[in-house]
Amino acid sequence: MKLVMVGNGMAGARTLEELLKIAPDVYDITVFGAEPHANYNRILLSPVLAGEMTIQDIMLNDVGWYEKNGIRLHLGKKVVRIERGARKVVAADGTEERYDRLLLATGSNPFILPVPGKDLEGVITYRDIGDTNAMIAASKRYRHAVVIGGGLLGLEAANGLKLRGMNVTVVHLMEWLMERQLDRTAAQLLQRSLEAKGLHFLLKTQTAEILGSEAGRVRAVRFKDGSELAADLVVMAVGIRPNTELAEGAGLHCSRGIVVNDTMQTFDPKVYAVGECAAHRGVAYGLVAPLFEMAKVCANHLANFGIGRYAGSVTSTKLKVTGIDLFSAGEFTGGAGTEDIVLDDAQGGVYKRIVLRDNRVVGAVLYGDTADGSWYLQLLRDRQDVSGIRDHLMFGQNHLGNTGHQGQNRAAVMADAMEVCGCNGVAKGAIVRAIKERGLFTLDDVRKHTKASSSCGSCTGLVEQILASTVGGAYQPQEAKSKPVCGCTDHTHEEVRRVIKEHRLLSISAAMKFLEWRTPNGCASCRPAINYYLICAWPHEANDDPQSRFINERAHANIQKDGTFSVVPRMFGGVTTPEQLRRIADVADKYKIPTVKVTGGQRIDLLGVKKEDLPSVWRDLDMPSGHAYAKALRTVKTCVGSEWCRFGVQDSTNMGIELEKSLWRMYAPHKVKMAVSGCPRNCAESGIKDVGVIGVDSGWEIYVAGNGGIKTEVAQFLVKVKTHDEVLEYAGAFLQLYREEARYLDRTVHYVRRVGLDHVKKKIVEDADNRKALWARLRHALEGEPDPWKERAAGKASEEYRALEPA
Amino acid sequence: MEATMERVRWTRVCRAEDIPELGARVIRRTGADIAVFRNAEGECFALLDRCPHKGGPLSQGIVFGKSVACPLHGWTIRLQDGCAEAPDVGCTRAFPVKVEKGEVLLQLPD
Repeated sequence: MKLVMVGNGMAGARTLEELLKIAPDVYDITVFGAEPHANYNRILLSPVLAGEMTIQDIMLNDVGWYEKNGIRLHLGKKVVRIERGARKVVAADGTEERYDRLLLATGSNPFILPVPGKDLEGVITYRDIGDTNAMIAASKRYRHAVVIGGGLLGLEAANGLKLRGMNVTVVHLMEWLMERQLDRTAAQLLQRSLEAKGLHFLLKTQTAEILGSEAGRVRAVRFKDGSELAADLVVMAVGIRPNTELAEGAGLHCSRGIVVNDTMQTFDPKVYAVGECAAHRGVAYGLVAPLFEMAKVCANHLANFGIGRYAGSVTSTKLKVTGIDLFSAGEFTGGAGTEDIVLDDAQGGVYKRIVLRDNRVVGAVLYGDTADGSWYLQLLRDRQDVSGIRDHLMFGQNHLGNTGHQGQNRAAVMADAMEVCGCNGVAKGAIVRAIKERGLFTLDDVRKHTKASSSCGSCTGLVEQILASTVGGAYQPQEAKSKPVCGCTDHTHEEVRRVIKEHRLLSISAAMKFLEWRTPNGCASCRPAINYYLICAWPHEANDDPQSRFINERAHANIQKDGTFSVVPRMFGGVTTPEQLRRIADVADKYKIPTVKVTGGQRIDLLGVKKEDLPSVWRDLDMPSGHAYAKALRTVKTCVGSEWCRFGVQDSTNMGIELEKSLWRMYAPHKVKMAVSGCPRNCAESGIKDVGVIGVDSGWEIYVAGNGGIKTEVAQFLVKVKTHDEVLEYAGAFLQLYREEARYLDRTVHYVRRVGLDHVKKKIVEDADNRKALWARLRHALEGEPDPWKERAAGKASEEYRALEPA
Repeated sequence: MEATMERVRWTRVCRAEDIPELGARVIRRTGADIAVFRNAEGECFALLDRCPHKGGPLSQGIVFGKSVACPLHGWTIRLQDGCAEAPDVGCTRAFPVKVEKGEVLLQLPD
């Protein structure tokens, strides 16, 4: 089949990239581009104009990319006609190409004010490399520049021209700058900073005429009030219009853009449109971010997969003027039914306004400190209920600057040489370079290419900040609610779980078949997730596939860097006996185990065990599996408690043993750690556990969703109860809720942060029937669940542990 | 096994069904273990059991399609040629394999 693409900008090229990724062989592809350049990053034209980058820096796909992918590229050829009957396009120079599918990515045209003198030499718009070069050339010869339009593009143009030495005045019709992105207060702060950089402003000023010299070059601008301003260069930046000329000429339905449906199809099913030329649900987007979503959906349909719909975008704006931090998203002006939370520090140059409706963020304007812009955008897109965090919403996410990056939480103040990712040793400069050189736009791309934030993830916030400040408005946070499980599918974790439950799917292959997985047998990300969802939904019935479990869960021991394993036997509640200790010592001697270490979870780790020795080590130990290798219940840490301690008010040791005996062998979306303390001194550190129990004189307090790892998270109070049985029931019900609702690899802290503690309380504390049902389901899942070590010590899965011996 | 005309020596290592589908077995050899994989289509592959990244034992990874994910840091290594998927760079040695009458035969280095 032949695919022809008209327009070689960012939206079109991105669509081709996505298409080649999923269906490289479906089409014979031809591309027409009116500009003489291959695909470049249009949003970085402003840094080029400002002299901070070069054209070379902003190329995304050079001519070689098209060659390598077998794409016929017609550069500098403008398509003037589509003949839909004959299914061909015709360029101005007579070049013709036939198509089976046509992709229109014609972008937009700058709007030109219909005033006398608009065609004079020296009057230009700001749209492409040609315009940018014209401005750079003018700045070398001329002195006075007038920029008409005080929007995003106009201000970036003005700033660039000023940096290139021109005397620049911005003329704006409205009462304040960037009125479509900023409220008055933020705009005034912005104007003050730009004035400090030497720019001049004329607000509420309407251009009447552009006056020319005898030589036909612009010499001045005359305004409606009759006043005049000298000008050697006039830049019109008053807006853009979708470029629909070609589509309209071919009789395609257009209304404020080429009208497309949710699959990016126009009224002719053979013709698709993406990017700024397209009008989707009445909106034509002028920013880059939505184009990528459109590209993805369009590519999926072009590839005949037929999955995925584009449902519109929430966009954000960031001004790319060095030294000015400005962010705006959503309904920033407020309006009926909205509330504002405002921080206004005129002296410090910081202004923040967060607009809420029904306890959800619907808009935000930030000036001076935009570090949390991406977080607000995420809250906005996820429509997350913020009632629980409302009192500190203004002070930001505050989850940045975790362990491993020198306590930094603001990417902007970090020097290029400073380490951002402490796991993989990636410095800020390397991330910025990769983003610019390789044209990266998403967190996933940055992770793939630099490894930053790809291990423990604690620097994710910093990496997002760096990405946002480097690519500006093109940055898009992941839409958490609709994030697919992995590249093998477009389905979300929630959809996969729902389908497994509703259709009683019992194997990975059945689930993949039902959900039309794109890959024959998934990947290392989705297979373990699906396997967990199956055994969680259908305990004792689903087929638990060892080949879809990570090696630790397949071998029931922890793989170490040298390929040996570690063995941690279970010691309920951290209590052991001389007899157990003797056996451990004997095993360590017999199998020449190099390291014996006490763990943080109150048990003993035998490190450096050869895989072949594992079953006999377990047999000789004759202790239960500690599951230290699994996404399962690890330990229940306890303090000594009232039995011995002079401060203890409850018997925490026995409470811990009871909990561990009821819950061990429980698989979960991620590891689960618990603790029980016998008094509020909390020596078992219950405040940083997935479930932490603290004894008080009158009973037990239960805390949930704490975490002591990457980012210390204090557990939140769930409920206070009186008896041991109640502790078991509440803790068990909470863990079953987590097992049933969390995404695979979410710790309890991530899960509770997403659904909110109120949701958990509603399901567990306020609804006794539901709590009992949850607890019953967990007990059913655990009933008869074998000890994997015991089974393997008796010979199960022996080939897993045996090497092959060639003849 | 007998030497063929090309003086290539094939060593019988196991029966195909001894290797779990979408799994691997390991052959211990002094200095350099070899991992033998089987995918869902029944094809077998053999690689030096060392990830080009940090030497992780590829035999312990999750097998999917014609790739294996290293168990240590998740690099994806292609089973046919032992090379890492982009953007990671590096290769581990791949050995010729054939399956005849259900027997897996390997060309081992001397």
